[in-house]
Amino acid sequence: MAQIKNRLTPFFENISFDREDNELILNFGPQHPSAHGQLRLMLHLQQEMITKAHPDIGYLHRGMEKMAENMIYNEFMPTTDRMDYIASSSNNYGFALAVEKLIGLEVPRRAKVIRMMLLEINRLMSHLFWLATTALDIGAMTVFLFAFREREYLMDILEGYCGARLTHAAIRIGGVPLDIQDDFIVQLRNFLDKLPQNIKDYEDLLDTNRIWLMRMEEVGVIPTDMALSWGCTGPMLRASGVAWDIRKEEPYELYDEVEFNVPFSDKGDNFARYRIYMEEMRESAKILYQTIEMYEKCVINNETELMAHAPKYISAPKLDIMTQNYSLMQHFVLVTQGMRPPVGEVYVATESPKGELGFYINSQGGPYPYRLKLRAPSFWHTGILTDLLPGHYIPDVVAIIGTTNIVFGEVDR
Amino acid sequence: MRAYKPKDDVQAKAYYTDRYYVAPQVPKSDVSEDAVFAADLEAIQAKFEVKEAYIQVEQMVVYINAHDIYGVLKFMRDELSYTQLSEMSAIDWLAKDDTFEIFYQMLSMTKRKRIRIKYFINNGEAVDSVEKLFRCADWSEREMFDMFGIQANNHPFMKRILMPYDWQGNPLLKTYPLEGDEFAAWYEVDKIYGKEARDVIGPEIRDTARVDRYDSERFARLGHEVPKGTEITGDEPANPQEYQEEGGVFLIKKYTKESSKIIDDPQR
Repeated sequence: MAQIKNRLTPFFENISFDREDNELILNFGPQHPSAHGQLRLMLHLQQEMITKAHPDIGYLHRGMEKMAENMIYNEFMPTTDRMDYIASSSNNYGFALAVEKLIGLEVPRRAKVIRMMLLEINRLMSHLFWLATTALDIGAMTVFLFAFREREYLMDILEGYCGARLTHAAIRIGGVPLDIQDDFIVQLRNFLDKLPQNIKDYEDLLDTNRIWLMRMEEVGVIPTDMALSWGCTGPMLRASGVAWDIRKEEPYELYDEVEFNVPFSDKGDNFARYRIYMEEMRESAKILYQTIEMYEKCVINNETELMAHAPKYISAPKLDIMTQNYSLMQHFVLVTQGMRPPVGEVYVATESPKGELGFYINSQGGPYPYRLKLRAPSFWHTGILTDLLPGHYIPDVVAIIGTTNIVFGEVDR
Repeated sequence: MRAYKPKDDVQAKAYYTDRYYVAPQVPKSDVSEDAVFAADLEAIQAKFEVKEAYIQVEQMVVYINAHDIYGVLKFMRDELSYTQLSEMSAIDWLAKDDTFEIFYQMLSMTKRKRIRIKYFINNGEAVDSVEKLFRCADWSEREMFDMFGIQANNHPFMKRILMPYDWQGNPLLKTYPLEGDEFAAWYEVDKIYGKEARDVIGPEIRDTARVDRYDSERFARLGHEVPKGTEITGDEPANPQEYQEEGGVFLIKKYTKESSKIIDDPQR
């Protein structure tokens, strides 16, 4: 059956027309290579200057909150991968932590260390990906290739751990499923030892690059009150003068035991955000070195537990399931019916690479969450474009979208 | 007789629950246990009516009246330094008592505290927009409108945000099925091909796990395909796929199952 082309009544599809007042409406996206996903922007232009911007989202909407209401808690874990698919372990972690807080679980120390390693590797992957794509949008092809090379190395390490490169599902409610593989630490050390030189290479290419500076400096300035009002978090907020990092302020896992700095800037422009991403990579490397030491101490102290012991909620270790009848029964019930957290609600925020990733869970004591709200940082980092873009020029749009670091799996959910 | 299924909540339900199962509660503690929260609550109580307040999982939950929300958030932002609205949305309690519960998740960066402000509205009522206080509520309230159909008064642009503008139904309501309703099944067919093509194309099937054994065109009948439109009886002859020319091609021998050797010695 032939598709009738003009049957699709357009809302704004591909309209660009001159009006009486000399205003041009430009439709940017939803298929635009530098929109980092399915972002559609309706831009009102006076000459080249934007007078009004209207971001339109929803092209990747999969209804994850609805899906969560119809899935048992463990079933939802792989779905969280598809939110911020650049750093999917951080989504797994946010969800796992929220359910653990709801139940009141304490995760074994070794699992906490492995989780921190995964989280920081994900942060590095996300920041490298950000650098690569943003540099590519602005025309720096070399940086793109360099940063992807390093990201590939990290993806290989994670592939060795969980078998997946993008959608890891590497964290379980109550701990981690596996210990890290034999060469994990060797490979990670290799990578971390080279990283400072790699970051220096990127900076040599960009920091004094005239084109880069022209596209970045004094462009896309977000004042502090605007960042707060729009719910900006993560690097977007820290570039606008608020040194707020949830890892530091409301520490989860073992972040209160590691030493790291929270880079921030009061400039609020694209360049400040770029500098913060670069500095955060260095801080992540610092944290990773410390987690390696912590892991080695766990090995020496013979702390082998990887999952919390809570028979009502968490399956027993594989060995017990295969040898103990009662563990097998419990495992069967947990897989077929699902765990039933207590009645109550919880909101847990974690610092994902993009900002504050929050999970609000309302449990009514059943195996399905009654309501689950995903607070994705990119949602408001897209919304802020409404107020941020007016006054800028068309080429700035690409640079600004780049530095907001939005991922549409997370915006649309 | 078919089992009765309630229509006001069509979401997945536990298929078995022990009849003596009593769900435990997430512990709630009194606000007086935390000095910062106690001071905040006292300040709010001095100006507004507080229905209930407690601390649950390190965060204070405060129930207020629906009409106070703008005042409370303004007071919290200006006087109590809760400068960020992290999240807001609704919870559907229509099946229970025909109400929605609205929650606002507030964050104070100087105190390192989080407060959840909540209130109930009846079905069909609108909430007061807080977009003037927190710009992020612009998109949150649009999302709430999109997903639950709850209007926000004084909102500058009360339109759907995630679903298409001409969508019907509110996906996060408990009455809305996971696979979508009648409207959803025909939406794309009507839009792309037109209503008159409904008979030819059929409704969109959103159940990804569905296998139709009468489907003659898909993978379900691999090896037993029949021409399109043929009546399916279930005893179609096997039609094995041959992927090699008879007699093989240059350098490659024709593979036959009979000539192949099965190695059953594990040691070989």
